[in-house]
Amino acid sequence: MKILVPLKRVPDADTKIRVKPDGSGIETDGVKFSVNPFDAIALEEALRLKEKFGDIETVVASIGEEACAEQLRTGLAMGADRAVLIRSDADLDPRAVAQVLAALFRREQPGLVLMGKQAIDDDSNQCGQMLAALLGLGQATFVSKLELLDHASRARCGRETDAGLETVTVTLPAVLTTDLRLNEPRYVSVPGILKAKKKPLEVLPLTDFCAGAVSRTKLLRLEAPPHRQAGARVRSVDELLDKLRHEAKVI
Amino acid sequence: MPQILVIAEHDQGQLKAATLAATGFARKVGSAAGGQFEVLVLGHGVAGVAESLRHCGAVSVLTADDPALRHPLADKFAAVIAGVVRGRGATMVVAAASTFSKDILPRAAGLLDTGMLSDVIDVWPDGGDFTFKRVLFAGNALATVKLDGPLKFLTVRAAAFATPPPTESAAPVVAVPVDGATLPNQIEFVAREGRAAGRPDATEAPIVVSGGRAIRNADDFERLVGGLADALGAAVGSSRALVDAGITPNSLQIGQTGKVVAPNLYFALGISGAIQHLAGMKDTRVIVAVNKDPEAPVFEVADYGLVGDVYEVVPELIAKLKPG
Ligand SMILES: Cc1cc2nc3c(=O)[nH]c(=O)nc-3n(C[C@H](O)[C@H](O)[C@H](O)COP(=O)(O)OP(=O)(O)OC[C@H]3O[C@@H](n4cnc5c(N)ncnc54)[C@H](O)[C@@H]3O)c2cc1C
Ligand SMILES: Nc1ncnc2c1ncn2[C@@H]1O[C@H](COP(=O)(O)O)[C@@H](O)[C@H]1O
Repeated sequence: MKILVPLKRVPDADTKIRVKPDGSGIETDGVKFSVNPFDAIALEEALRLKEKFGDIETVVASIGEEACAEQLRTGLAMGADRAVLIRSDADLDPRAVAQVLAALFRREQPGLVLMGKQAIDDDSNQCGQMLAALLGLGQATFVSKLELLDHASRARCGRETDAGLETVTVTLPAVLTTDLRLNEPRYVSVPGILKAKKKPLEVLPLTDFCAGAVSRTKLLRLEAPPHRQAGARVRSVDELLDKLRHEAKVI
Repeated sequence: MPQILVIAEHDQGQLKAATLAATGFARKVGSAAGGQFEVLVLGHGVAGVAESLRHCGAVSVLTADDPALRHPLADKFAAVIAGVVRGRGATMVVAAASTFSKDILPRAAGLLDTGMLSDVIDVWPDGGDFTFKRVLFAGNALATVKLDGPLKFLTVRAAAFATPPPTESAAPVVAVPVDGATLPNQIEFVAREGRAAGRPDATEAPIVVSGGRAIRNADDFERLVGGLADALGAAVGSSRALVDAGITPNSLQIGQTGKVVAPNLYFALGISGAIQHLAGMKDTRVIVAVNKDPEAPVFEVADYGLVGDVYEVVPELIAKLKPG
């Protein structure tokens, strides 16, 4: 079986995000970029399935600027077998990304797509579900437990919903999106990094590969959220209760 | 003029309050640009939910009621929504942001080849079209965006749109035909772990009490966080640190990648105030932080900050809140 894992290049979760004064985007000078954390979880799961079942090829793919190759190299260093970079400098919305991934799916014919539930930059939480719809495949979102059944013809998935854990089975191929509790991604090792250098990384221009994938979302302006003022320190429980009752009037 | 379809969310026959905020969005669009909205309830045995929506301002309450829709499975629900959108000529499809809508709406949008915006907090007419504001980068940025195309899918933040007052007139309930046998069948429901009964959901409660890494185990969480919540009739929540430690279930996680809440009052007990946590609660009206570290970043957003040990402060709070 082949598992396709899309990896998005995003500002690291630990960096402070600052909006540019002209509102055209965020400051990227000095910002560290990483693999979207949920995508690292997706790749970790693919690698664990490979370690468990053997006969699995893992393909990582990223859509975006040249620099996405860094995150693909990270994926290869973690243990993925090969990488595909679909080059575009355009700002793509989830619908456009899903279209590109659908084209890649048709070319690669994987038995499973494992991807993040949400990119921590645009926070859309849409690509996987749109991809599944475009391909007419089943989906399970927010997966925190995964088990392959019946010779990998189905997957049993635990899903984190607002109401609690839900379990479903999905016919494969399917698109699964990961939640934080699925696993803890491994760190890249030095031998992993050395090996990654020899692994194939194919680069395809988006305009050749999937010319129709154009964003319908137009960013007019980005702004910082309103600043929340720090309030007062209280010295005791009595003072806190008094303020909550008589000043804020919330209890 | 926009024709809006609001997708209702319910949990075992109980309408989710956030659905009414989505109707608030629809009414805001309607009063700015004309047009009307319908509500769609999907499920099995949803007459009660439909009834509770008749005064929400919709021109009709549509029901897709079929045994095949007993559980909210994305393949079936998205197919039904896509069919209703086509049949009713909707130009905007809206639901309150939740795991339900995030699972299903993008799939329906994909079936209809249409774009979608998540976590919308504002909307205004702009020529014959609309401009939207949405939250991204864990709440560190707000984007003003346009979405091209004749049909738009949106999830909205419930806290950003007020629940409109009920209308005097009652909308008719209209059943849309569903043929369960022809719906896709790729996803099968196995089980759902019920949410612990008794306490309200954090997204719906006026007061939320949340605990962080300071809480050392599940018993302490129940005694301190649960105890204070019960004394206030509040919901409980937690930071991701406790979810990771297996002390609280994922469904309690507040934050960028958990639930977003905006209650009247939020207690952050032993929570440092990481940006990912703040993303889920900083639109609260009044924030109280209790932390033994006076430099904890949570104090920068707290209205009332108390430097102290949660193991001492919280029992005292509970005792002093108890009647008598
Ligand atoms: C991709 C991604 C997504 C994330 N999503 C979320 C999310 O949705 N929600 C979320 O919460 N986090 C999220 N996180 C994690 C987040 O970055 C923080 O790690 C987490 O919020 C920290 O939880 P905490 O404040 O409970 O723990 P800590 O940061 O460890 O803080 C514990 C605090 O308790 C105080 N304390 C300790 N003992 C006591 C005591 N006895 N009395 C009083 N105070 C005490 C300490 O001074 C400290 O300030 C995410 C991270 C990533 C990378
Ligand atoms: N440019 C991209 N390249 C590769 N994968 C992507 C890209 N954009 C989104 N994805 C995938 O889609 C998931 C959900 O993203 P989103 O819907 O934008 O929140 C991410 O976690 C990635 O797995």
